[in-house]
Amino acid sequence: MIRINCPYCGERDHSEFTYGGDGSVKYPALDASMEDWLQAVFQRENIRGVQTESWHHVNGCRMWLLVERDTMTHEIHSVRVAHPGLQQALEDPS
Amino acid sequence: MTARRLDAGGRIDRSHSLKFNWDGRLLRGFQGDTLASALMANGENLIGRSFKYHRPRGIMSAGVEESGALVTVGAGAKRDANVKATTCELFDGLAASGQNAWPNVRHDLGAVSNLFSRFLAAGFYYKTFMGLPPFEWGQGTGWWMKYEKIIRRAAGMGTASREPDPDAYEHAHAFCDVLVVGAGPAGISAALTAVWAGLDVVLVEQDFEPGGDYLNQAGPDADATRAKLLAEIVDADVRVMTRTTAFGLYDHGVAGLLERLPDQQIQNNKYLPRQRFWTLRAKQIIVAAGALERHIAFGNNDTPGVMTAAAARTYLNRFGVLPGKQIILSTNNDSAYGPALDLATAGASVHLLDARPDLPVDLVNTVAASGVRVTSGTAALKAVGGKQITRLETAAWTGTGWQSAGSENCDLVLVSGGWSPVVNLASHLSTKPVWDQDNCCFLPGETAAHIHMAGSAAGIWQTRDCETSGRVAGAAAAKALGKTAPDISKPEVGGWSHAISPLYEVTVPGKKLKSFVDPQHDVTADDVRLAHQEGFVSVEHLKRYTTLGMATDQGKMGNVIGMALMGEALGKDISDVGTTTFRPPYTPVSLGALTGRNKGDHFRPLRRTPMDKWNLDNGATMTEAGLWRRPWYFARSGETIKEAYIRETTTTRHDVGLCDVTSLGKIAVQGPDATEFLNRIYTNPFAKLPVGKARYGIMLRDDGIVMDDGTTWRLSETDYFMTTTTAHAAKVMVWLEELLQMRWPDLKVHVTSVSEQWAGCAVVGPKSRAVLEACVEDAALVSNDNLPFMGVVETRLKNGIPCRIARISFSGEMASEVYVPSDYAPAMMDMLWQAAKPLGGCLYGMEALGALRIEKGHVTGTELDGRVTIDDAGLGKMASPNKHFIGSVLRQRPAMMAQNRPRLVGIFPKDRDQTFNAGTILCRADEVSGHGEGWITGVTYSPAFGHWIGIGFITGGYQAWEGQTVVVADPVRRENVDVEIVSPHMYDPEGGRHHG
Repeated sequence: MIRINCPYCGERDHSEFTYGGDGSVKYPALDASMEDWLQAVFQRENIRGVQTESWHHVNGCRMWLLVERDTMTHEIHSVRVAHPGLQQALEDPS
Repeated sequence: MTARRLDAGGRIDRSHSLKFNWDGRLLRGFQGDTLASALMANGENLIGRSFKYHRPRGIMSAGVEESGALVTVGAGAKRDANVKATTCELFDGLAASGQNAWPNVRHDLGAVSNLFSRFLAAGFYYKTFMGLPPFEWGQGTGWWMKYEKIIRRAAGMGTASREPDPDAYEHAHAFCDVLVVGAGPAGISAALTAVWAGLDVVLVEQDFEPGGDYLNQAGPDADATRAKLLAEIVDADVRVMTRTTAFGLYDHGVAGLLERLPDQQIQNNKYLPRQRFWTLRAKQIIVAAGALERHIAFGNNDTPGVMTAAAARTYLNRFGVLPGKQIILSTNNDSAYGPALDLATAGASVHLLDARPDLPVDLVNTVAASGVRVTSGTAALKAVGGKQITRLETAAWTGTGWQSAGSENCDLVLVSGGWSPVVNLASHLSTKPVWDQDNCCFLPGETAAHIHMAGSAAGIWQTRDCETSGRVAGAAAAKALGKTAPDISKPEVGGWSHAISPLYEVTVPGKKLKSFVDPQHDVTADDVRLAHQEGFVSVEHLKRYTTLGMATDQGKMGNVIGMALMGEALGKDISDVGTTTFRPPYTPVSLGALTGRNKGDHFRPLRRTPMDKWNLDNGATMTEAGLWRRPWYFARSGETIKEAYIRETTTTRHDVGLCDVTSLGKIAVQGPDATEFLNRIYTNPFAKLPVGKARYGIMLRDDGIVMDDGTTWRLSETDYFMTTTTAHAAKVMVWLEELLQMRWPDLKVHVTSVSEQWAGCAVVGPKSRAVLEACVEDAALVSNDNLPFMGVVETRLKNGIPCRIARISFSGEMASEVYVPSDYAPAMMDMLWQAAKPLGGCLYGMEALGALRIEKGHVTGTELDGRVTIDDAGLGKMASPNKHFIGSVLRQRPAMMAQNRPRLVGIFPKDRDQTFNAGTILCRADEVSGHGEGWITGVTYSPAFGHWIGIGFITGGYQAWEGQTVVVADPVRRENVDVEIVSPHMYDPEGGRHHG
């Protein structure tokens, strides 16, 4: 069982979260080409090592998080809020 | 073995006698005994029967590695099978019996299989019964299934109770800075070092007494040391958990603990659980789990009266039982000299066979004074005696091999073949054990930074060094957490003054021996060689072929010997043979503990709507829909379910019906960009939805498959009220949050789940407006002009109850959904029902709801199963060609747009008197086989048509099957039925009725 340090709630069991998917995917505009959408939705790297994942703190603050996790060791290198504005507000509350 | 309880000595309380029952006989033991020590003190030698050959077995160890003394404890519903007598704490009234034997372990008719044991080697059953000559006629898994039942009955262990477990189990959670596993010399020192550095420490011990090896040591010094350390532990506020096994280590410092409460305590307090399953999160973990002594494979080394040397020392020093009078001890290392000395001092005659040609003179001198005879270059070869050892044949080392060296009478044979550090817990975290040839054992390997191995678990043999190693680990944990701790140098691995000599099996040429490697699963040295002979070269394959290490002890006794023999057969070192991966649990965990309180009504939560009681009071029969409990039907006296839902459906179409629809998901979508947001997620246009109107919408996934449908009501410029299907409510909410937080963070929209806040009732039928008029404060507000089809009003019911109403219809009738804040739900229902009843109205449930929607061909979660496109569902015209939305690109992939995809259709039986089942396959009339052409998702009796109808999917849709007969294939439940395929919009296809 891994533990994730939610920026809002602190370190919690993974059972409070649901796994989203590859957090590095940039989804194209709604009117983008079929090829762009196929890439974004279906093409995934099977990474051995550190990957960025999206996790939803569904039984907590319900924030979507970006988690850098090592798929070999389960070591978590960073956790940040997926919403850039909210992440910025956390880093610089003023 | 002629064991006897000594008059003095040991850590038992002789003033506290306990009665217990063994195989129907009343015996006595003392407080502090295990079942094994009490049985031994009573002269019981034969405790169990082996798994496959029904060979007599006695006590082989004093701990979790036990493979002989497996017993069944308790009776009836409380029967607990395969309990290791060596770890079972004795209590007053304990009842235990032997297992895998009939009529009992002393006289077991199954033992006849031992006579045929040469036919029963590894793989025998599979080879024989899966179709090798001369049994070809029995080939194939079908026959194997039949044989298997008989074979499994003959080979086996205890049987579990078939009755429900009457005991309670609990899940518990805990946190600490440092978890220390094992309260022996290393563990206690580690815990004290960490706690004195200012940390919060949990110390767990699987035994019912803390102390580890201190408990097994002779003399008052060990007692004094232990007492002093335990006092310090208590004084320093270390949280000590005895009877608690750390059965698994998981990522990020999570440990699984199983705590067993003392039986006596449970008997006196029925509110206590029998076991607690702890999830503990620790920042640092110190594993001081000790080491287990290995035996050596020699002939009949499973005979009752053969045990490990350390076990004999434990029975003597901890339990005050002298396990034998005439003892032969066979060893290859220094550690056996301690037990030899203790046993001789206690009055036994001890002959120590040291396999090493050169004797450790200093050790020999220490034991010789007590009368221990020591012979070098000698080892046990074969035990003689059947149900109790009487004689040991020995072998002498010639320099190149073993040869028979005569025999000697004895009543107890002790074996010490070296020690295996308990590396299991470190292995759970993918730390590969490393073979250490100097000490003939696997060492833990390099662990993760927060895991520290200490004591004999790290291959450190001497008590003083173990204590030091514990302090080193405690200090390391403290420093890792930013505390100051003393700098102590780490003791070296090992610690014997004379090297161990590798010895795993003793055998002489030409002598047929039954030498057990894994006694619990009856795996012999010959079985390992047979596996090699048959081409198994990997340890993993060896394990699966022979079942070595797959018994309840998980190879604690035999794995290393098995690997050594495999290495020998392969001509490789053990380090090159490798080891199997240890996985949790370290010792068995009961299913009850895993379940905890999550059973029966507590297996999952029950969701009740705020009008649950109202429904029940008004005659509802309820059903479960997902987690929800919803009205199924409201039977009048004497009505069957079919009669009830047909009446409810008819009444609703003719007059008016009320239905609890609270379980629908409800989401408040608010903010200046709410309109833009909805326009992106729904396939149909939302940009121009006026305030005071609702719209039916469909949302797709990125890949173009339908995610959900529902209505969204515009309450103000920036405030929408979205409803979702019951089944997908949570999923849709998560999806909206993902889009807003990750994909479109620039949109100023907030979504809030308000499913719990609003209770809803559908008012359905031609007289629904009359019902609303009677209930709202201002009847004009619900007139056809003010509340047209898809209109929305926010107003008040009489008595000032705030409500929101939308003219929407799931039934095809003129209908509205009325929502009030949840606490007002019963008041709303009272009011609506009082208005509907005089109009000839009814209450209806899920069954009638289903009939109404199937007649209309409306889809639900059953149809929207994650494989269906918007066109498949017959709703293609709802996908706007004038805008882009989620899924709009990928839904246009050629295969998704193909005409021959299964499409939503209605289904009529050809013979209108017939019926058919949901979940069945639709086939061409000339090919009733395979996967068919489609499937049926819903079936109901239709009052509107006067016969049974269905809804489902079939290739190409109804146009493709016009005029053709299709077969509903249902070979298991009923006969196949001929049907015709019709438009899904079976009832009122023009939709005139819902406009009123």
